[in-house]
Amino acid sequence: MPDVPLLSVRNLSIQFPTPTGLVRAVEDVTWSVRAGETLAILGESGSGKSVSASAVMNLIDSPPARISRGEILFNGIDLLKASRRTRKAVNGKSISMIFQDPLAALNPVYPVGGQIAETLRAHGVDRRTAHRRAVELLARVRIDDPERRARDYPHQFSGGQRQRIMIASAIALEPDLLIADEPTSALDVTVQAQVLDLLKSIQAESGMGMVLITHDLAVVERIADRVVVMQAGRVVEQGRAPEVLTDPQHAHTRQLLDAVPGRHGFPVPPAAKSGPPLLEVDHVTRVYGPLPSRFATGATRPVIAVDDVRFSMASGETLGIVGESGSGKSTLVRMLLGLDRPTSGTIRFDGKDLLSMSPAETFKVRRRMQFVFQDPTASLNPRMTVQQIVSEPWAIHRDVLDPEQWRPRVSQLLAQVGLRPDHADRYPHEFSAGQRQRIAIARALALRPEVIVCDEAVSALDVSIQAQVIALLKELRSELGLSYVFVAHDLGLVRDFATRVLVMYRGQVVEQGTVEEVYDRPRHEYTRRLLAAAAGGLPHAA
Amino acid sequence: MPSSIPASGTAEMTAQPLSVRSPSTMSNSLAALWRDKLAALSAVILLVVLGCAVLGPTLLADEARAMNLQARNAAPFSGGGGWLFVLGADALGRSLLARIIVASQNTMVIAFSAVACALLIGGALGLIAGYKGGWVSAVLLRLADSIMSFPSMLLAVIVLFALDPGITNVILVLAVSRIPVFLRTIRAEVLEIKERLFVTAARAMGAHTDRVLLRHIAPMVLPTAINLATLEVAFVMLVEAGLSFLGIGIQSPEVTWGLMVADGRNYLGSAWWLAFWPGLAIMLVTISLNLLSNWLRILTDPVERWRLVSKGAV
Repeated sequence: MPDVPLLSVRNLSIQFPTPTGLVRAVEDVTWSVRAGETLAILGESGSGKSVSASAVMNLIDSPPARISRGEILFNGIDLLKASRRTRKAVNGKSISMIFQDPLAALNPVYPVGGQIAETLRAHGVDRRTAHRRAVELLARVRIDDPERRARDYPHQFSGGQRQRIMIASAIALEPDLLIADEPTSALDVTVQAQVLDLLKSIQAESGMGMVLITHDLAVVERIADRVVVMQAGRVVEQGRAPEVLTDPQHAHTRQLLDAVPGRHGFPVPPAAKSGPPLLEVDHVTRVYGPLPSRFATGATRPVIAVDDVRFSMASGETLGIVGESGSGKSTLVRMLLGLDRPTSGTIRFDGKDLLSMSPAETFKVRRRMQFVFQDPTASLNPRMTVQQIVSEPWAIHRDVLDPEQWRPRVSQLLAQVGLRPDHADRYPHEFSAGQRQRIAIARALALRPEVIVCDEAVSALDVSIQAQVIALLKELRSELGLSYVFVAHDLGLVRDFATRVLVMYRGQVVEQGTVEEVYDRPRHEYTRRLLAAAAGGLPHAA
Repeated sequence: MPSSIPASGTAEMTAQPLSVRSPSTMSNSLAALWRDKLAALSAVILLVVLGCAVLGPTLLADEARAMNLQARNAAPFSGGGGWLFVLGADALGRSLLARIIVASQNTMVIAFSAVACALLIGGALGLIAGYKGGWVSAVLLRLADSIMSFPSMLLAVIVLFALDPGITNVILVLAVSRIPVFLRTIRAEVLEIKERLFVTAARAMGAHTDRVLLRHIAPMVLPTAINLATLEVAFVMLVEAGLSFLGIGIQSPEVTWGLMVADGRNYLGSAWWLAFWPGLAIMLVTISLNLLSNWLRILTDPVERWRLVSKGAV
């Protein structure tokens, strides 16, 4: 490994003007990466972790942004002072970048092979060689049958495959440095592991340097040689990854590490009260698309989203449902909340069949079963104040609370979820994501429900905020005796929070049992794979 | 029972609220209006027009009818005949200024009533078609299509020929012919908004359809509807002029701006001002409505409101 850094960013400061004043995006940031080395830039949203890398790629519009200080040296050239032509020659050819959302970066109307070949042709490779090379690259990123798949369009690939195609196109020109901005955040955990392993092996083969921007400690653990931890635009700690992760020096790093579920072992969940099951799901199946009998020869086949799912949940239990995207988790949640009806099977709540109820009875049951959705920004009406949002359940269920009581009760609920009573007159956009999720939880509590269904309720949040919200949910559990149906793709989180776990795969429940049973003695092949893929972030998992 | 969870973490608390406190009171709104000069000017113009429409016919009805053959096609600003003739006179020597002021009443009543009817009916049907979907939507849309594909002028001619060509019937015909525009636009908006998570949330809470529609969906489509309506006002004014021109709209001696434009058409070569001033009035009202509705849209949107409150707003 040569001692001279390939790329070094020195004392970089960048500011963005906003309506409320100048925002310091990064302040005096210094880091460097050598050939053959992987540097991870770790930080939560708003920490400025992407900004310095964007400056390297000349992706920051300046003005409005102001690069007030610092230099970016690549092979000895200061990119900030370099001419437009030099920068163009460096970007894409010597340094290339991959992004979080591969679907947005691929053009939907061209075949993927052509798009990779296009990159090569732009740098003077002739058509036939470019095509051959594109197929080779697809093979290199382990796309099966690359010759044929090169002619397919982006929508015909899965998320993981698309990210691999992006990697293929990024390494097409054999860059010296690859910058990856959250390359696996949109992917399922098993796919994530594959993509990271692929990046690692390409790096070993080509000897390129790699800068990986991420919020995910598991990713850092799996792949990084060195790590830079950022907070509020500043580098708070940097060093060799194993050292930083095992012996963090800065308080923020420790806070990040502590926030990872299970870092300090898992708590013993409160024992569930024994009693009649509160929620029973029996042989529930949901089929989308044409029913087999109607259009027998149709090209579209029905999709079985949820396939013969059975489980029951006692009062006071927290049932974790884990699975990757497309496993039918969300469809199941929609059916529990009465937003969708199963094609067959029954769902019983407190012994009563939800599906054969009259509208009036359904209305009554809704009061006892509330929900918190994944995206707090989308689930709160942007035109309503917090007061209106939290009191809406009472406006719908008129007999619960006298309108005069709404205001004091909203204050009480806001205090309960860790917000201030005077927040009631603000609008959702004035809050951070974590605070918005607290508002959504306050709304869910308004009717004093027995069950709260959380659909990926903390997945959109930063890890430290995630920990706070989970702590809140736990506290509400012991305080109010709530039961939760907790849907998530993060295994550590579920282990930390749930009492029982249900593993879903392709619409089916492949395994269910207590947390200890499923995590320590997984029986199904898929569960084992899932646990192995997540092992990076789960130091205590078997 | 306050929870022991810290009142949100350090990272969250540093995120200060972006917007300034909501200007909920009337005076705050007026102050915001004053800061946006274009919107303020629009409001003033619309107030003047409103004043003319309310008071004009009682004060100036005689002046608007008085013929003065010596002042036939008198040019604007020629100085003769006093302030009533600043804008010139028409082919019969009637004061253009007085006629524009008097005509504003009919024009406004017709345009606003027709658009308001179309907005209410088309909006309600659009909400239903968008939210319910299925056969209801299909029937409504095909009905709208058939109205749209039938030339609205022909429809108006037939209806007004059969019925009395009075103000009420003109309003009715214009309203019916504009319903499809509102229906289709609002349906499209509803289709998008009903898939949003907060609508799903309301449904999961047990909200009835009317609540979901009125509390969650309608406020979101209202800005689009109002913007569309302001554009439609101008369009309706011109269609009404066309009807009057064909002799099946407003009948003399009643007068509207559209009718004045149509009358002035014959004199475009010799006396351009006959069509120009009422045309200018139509344009001013339309632009003012548009600017004001735009301002209103921003004011009613909590996310955008800061633009009006902070300095240097456009």
